[in-house]
Amino acid sequence: MIPRRNDRILIQGITGKQGTFWTKAMQDYGSKVIGGVNPSKAGSEHLGVPVFASARDAAKTAPFDVSCMFIPPMLAKAAAIDACEAGARLLVCLTEHIPSHDVMEIHVAARANGTRIVGPNTAGLVTIGECFVGIMPAFNDRVFSNGRVGVISRSGSLGTLVSLVLTQAGMGQSVFYGVGGDPMIGTNSADALRILDADPGTDAVVLCGEIGGSAEEEAADYARTMKKPVVAFIAGRQSPPGKKMGHAGAIVSGGKGDYASKRAALEKAGVAVADTPSALPRLLAPRLASSAA
Amino acid sequence: MNFEEHAAKPLLARHGIAVPVSRLAATPDEAEAAAREIGKCVVKAQVPTGKRGKAGGIKLAATPAESRAHASAILGMEIGGWPVHRVLVEAQTGIARELYASILNDSASKGPMLLFSAMGGMDVEEVAEKDPHAMRRVAIAIATGLTDEQARNAIKGLGLDAVAGELVRVLLALYRAYRDLDAELIEINPLVVTTDNRIIALDCKLTIDDGAVPRQAEIAATAAPEKYTRLEAEAAAAGLKYIELDGSVGILANGAGLTMTTMDVVAHFGGRPANFLEIGGEAYTKAKTALSIVLANQNVKSVLVNFCGAFARTDVMAEGVINAWQELSPDVPIFFTIHGTGEDQAVALVRERLGIEPYDLMDDAVKAAVAAAADHEVRA
Repeated sequence: MIPRRNDRILIQGITGKQGTFWTKAMQDYGSKVIGGVNPSKAGSEHLGVPVFASARDAAKTAPFDVSCMFIPPMLAKAAAIDACEAGARLLVCLTEHIPSHDVMEIHVAARANGTRIVGPNTAGLVTIGECFVGIMPAFNDRVFSNGRVGVISRSGSLGTLVSLVLTQAGMGQSVFYGVGGDPMIGTNSADALRILDADPGTDAVVLCGEIGGSAEEEAADYARTMKKPVVAFIAGRQSPPGKKMGHAGAIVSGGKGDYASKRAALEKAGVAVADTPSALPRLLAPRLASSAA
Repeated sequence: MNFEEHAAKPLLARHGIAVPVSRLAATPDEAEAAAREIGKCVVKAQVPTGKRGKAGGIKLAATPAESRAHASAILGMEIGGWPVHRVLVEAQTGIARELYASILNDSASKGPMLLFSAMGGMDVEEVAEKDPHAMRRVAIAIATGLTDEQARNAIKGLGLDAVAGELVRVLLALYRAYRDLDAELIEINPLVVTTDNRIIALDCKLTIDDGAVPRQAEIAATAAPEKYTRLEAEAAAAGLKYIELDGSVGILANGAGLTMTTMDVVAHFGGRPANFLEIGGEAYTKAKTALSIVLANQNVKSVLVNFCGAFARTDVMAEGVINAWQELSPDVPIFFTIHGTGEDQAVALVRERLGIEPYDLMDDAVKAAVAAAADHEVRA
């Protein structure tokens, strides 16, 4: 799903330093934050919204659609399961370094409760000019501008750069979909392609991948079936094999997940792959023109 | 984090999986003494990598003198880039069959998976090559764990009936160990059936999830050292992800994706990156330490700072870099491109305090840094 203006958003960990900074940024952007969670400050008010002891508590008096977590890794499992059981339709899980066994348990709770998880280790989602959930510079109009190109990225920083490059080239964006840098994410690049394929506000998609795993290969399989054009950039061409490149998911091991195989899979599916982010607009322009015609 | 055999096997034993008697030895003298105590033994190089046997790092010894001779040959060897500092002197086992068993994190099912094969002793890739059906894969629901029935099915039809009960018990214990240890991978290869029908783990490969270290502190203390350079070790101690490369353009960026991309674009314009170093996430306040590490690499001839702040605030990062730059006053040029959260303040700080104009386009900053590094190399 894509976050919309009227989606009611709960912030777990709203009273912390980062929770406060980014909740305010979301509110300023127009996102409809209806409450927050902090068990030790339940009953108080923060940034003009009520603070609850848990997501389940919040759901009783302040029903919500989306929850966004500013929760440290060791507490993330309990918070995520709380959000799922409270009926969140979408859980944006920003936390990095959640123990992998905890992540598996979070996915079990999500499946049982019908919650879509974005992340872990995502920078969030931006529906440009409408709603923002996460830790992206949504409010910076040199980075994001309103338009019809969807951007999918495993990395928040690369997604920021690519949105900036598009804006500099006069190509506005519809949605930024941060899928996250972890190996076991709830919504992968192929799922995000499917979501943007169904979005009437999106005419074309830029996929920002990186080495490691098989997300780009799976995305290529879906891209082949799409009418909307897809172009891609894959980070990590110069990265040495066998090393974790920052993200837990970004590692080439045993010859799997390397740059060449990802690029080949995407190109075989008709996805043009740019050598540098700055080359993306040149690849995108003719495809956008012919898809609009 | 990875564990050498001698650290991993006691963890199996703690979970009720039998392992041979063994002693750790750091000198030929110690290896000889261990063999005198144990009897016929195997002398095994202790390094956190596979293919030790093929590299000549595993030898049978019938006598203490042989144990000594093998130890002196193996100690000081390099296997997969790891110097061998210790050997494990282990009692020989009467082997009837060699099996393979592991539990690992499976990204596709987002849950644990049991791998089992009756073709033990070779690595997973070799088994897959010989016979793709020889490796049995069982997806496990983490809520219920590996069930008795799943374990029974995994070993069915492989001529293991005589030891089925014990083997099922071992697989369930292996799953327990995987869960208790927060393992990403726990592998026994070979898992042997002895000539007197016992089940013994002759090796163990263990990788524990880095994210779980805070709750596995006791075990983490016995992990194998990382293969770090001096600067990489320094960075790791400061909580920074730094990888030393052989180029001349020092890179400081935020976020894994942007940092990898910056390396790629440097190479695209004919330069060679000197490092991977990202200061995104919670590390964004450590810009000063980060820059000191980048500059400590003597090959660095220019520095490229590429910030696209989302969570990481570029004003905070820029201030750290500027402070460090003024304090260290290095002899190489620095180039900036800054966008995202806090960019106005960050750009103003760079202008005012360093008198440098950040580039609007990343490509321009990269080209300038690459050209400066090339100039510097020519002058030197």
